[in-house]
Amino acid sequence: MKQRYVNIVWACVVAWSLSAQAEDSSAIHTLAASCAACHGPNGNSLGGTPTLAALNEDYFVQRMQGFKDGSVSSTVMHHHAKGLTSAEIMALASYFAQQPRQTPQALPRQSFKGAQ
Amino acid sequence: MQTDAVLTTSSLGGTRRQFVRSVIYGGLAFYGLPAFARASKPPLGHVVIVGAGFAGLTAAKYLRAWSMGNLKVTIVEPNPQFISCPQSNLVLGGSRTLDQLSFGYDLTRKQHGLDWVNDTVTAVDLANKQVQLTRGKLSYDRLILAPGVDFNVSKIPGMSAPVADIPHAWKAGKQTLQLRQQLESMPDGGVFVMTIPTGAYRCPPGPYERACQVAHYFKQHKPRSKVIILDANADIMSKKGLFLQSFNGAYQGVIEYHNNSEILQLDTASKTIKTDFETVKADVLNVIPPQLAGKVAQVAGLNNVDGRWCEVDFVTYASSLQADVHIIGDSISAGLPKSAHMATSQAKVCAAAIIDLQSGNAPNPLPVFANTCYSFVDDQQAMHVANVYRYDPAKKAMVSAEGGGVSAKASTQEGQYAQAWAENIWADTLT
Repeated sequence: MKQRYVNIVWACVVAWSLSAQAEDSSAIHTLAASCAACHGPNGNSLGGTPTLAALNEDYFVQRMQGFKDGSVSSTVMHHHAKGLTSAEIMALASYFAQQPRQTPQALPRQSFKGAQ
Repeated sequence: MQTDAVLTTSSLGGTRRQFVRSVIYGGLAFYGLPAFARASKPPLGHVVIVGAGFAGLTAAKYLRAWSMGNLKVTIVEPNPQFISCPQSNLVLGGSRTLDQLSFGYDLTRKQHGLDWVNDTVTAVDLANKQVQLTRGKLSYDRLILAPGVDFNVSKIPGMSAPVADIPHAWKAGKQTLQLRQQLESMPDGGVFVMTIPTGAYRCPPGPYERACQVAHYFKQHKPRSKVIILDANADIMSKKGLFLQSFNGAYQGVIEYHNNSEILQLDTASKTIKTDFETVKADVLNVIPPQLAGKVAQVAGLNNVDGRWCEVDFVTYASSLQADVHIIGDSISAGLPKSAHMATSQAKVCAAAIIDLQSGNAPNPLPVFANTCYSFVDDQQAMHVANVYRYDPAKKAMVSAEGGGVSAKASTQEGQYAQAWAENIWADTLT
């Protein structure tokens, strides 16, 4: 009985914390995570594309708005920027500005074992 | 029971945020709890994920990270390694080895505290929330199916079962190497025939990229050889203008593209295909079979669209037949390309929604995500298609936003971006 009570209390604390977090950023951290395919985990690129983690917020907005309105030329990014709202661009800028810049981990490469 | 407890929190006051921050960041997340609490059930429950490809592994990582360890996640995966389908066509072209596309699971497993079962799901008991494995059973609060595609070989006239020397190589691995070896053994002047099925299949531009890669190899090593594409579709399915630039440019005289060329009869012994228009004999034959949702989705009976794909709600990725079973990646029915980036984007939306649902919160009703897909036309040059997709509640679908599109032409610069894409998506999925 005591254990059950403890479980309920912990469930409350956890749900509480997560809902507080969700109010802040659930939608934007999910959208921001979609950028990882090209820009690396949490915006920390392994190379070949810009690192977005800890990027200056104003610079992020200036570049993305430029891709969106065509005043900054790009190879790929205009196809993304034009699909985002200005509010989303500002929220992404704020999100990435707060992410810690980290050296990405090395990929866990292995030789092919031939099993599949 | 757990959900009831969670729901009571919604009436609590507005100062909770500061309190919560200090508590949680002070180390009271599940794995920092005292032993008496740690031994109990994980606060937000147990998610079992079937399949550790781009979709399943990404869901696992983000479920653990975004719940701050408060969800237990178990992966069921029969294969010992992660082999990337993206870039596997370049193994055929000769500019990548399969070793460069092979990765271990240990790092992500340890780093994110994933439970791991090296096994296959043989049955799903939806009523009792259990999956049956060849060795034992697992109970879940929520189940995620991420099995990729299965192949419907019996739909090919003349090929009721897989034929050993006609690989599809549509999952990267042994068959990729086998097809490469067949191309290497083929005499100069030989013909490589590839067939493309109708209906949705994994990686819409993949067959045309493959044709370019084989043609690239032929130009260098077997200049009298030919690539014949027998496409059952009326037209090139993706990046049409860009692929035509290659077919009619660098590979003119090497690649022949034949549309509306469904297989009427295949003779596997002589590798001869009859279509409405012609009879073609191959030296190396690559039949890409019609596809459907991966086996576990069929076993669970959730492939409810034409018996092939799974209908889901794009806010949570819950099956339309079973609310506590979520399906992500290539197995779903959607007007979305079956790509690796799409699989990871869906996985993240699904992970965020599951955490909300398990916490008693409403999931984000309007998910937005991006897809970028590169195709290589030789060893250096690539081209992209890129779009933002947002949920349309009226259509109940993810709809392509304004402004998406494709490259003007394939380029070396985009070849470098394509390599950066691969390394970053591998890192996002595997670290």
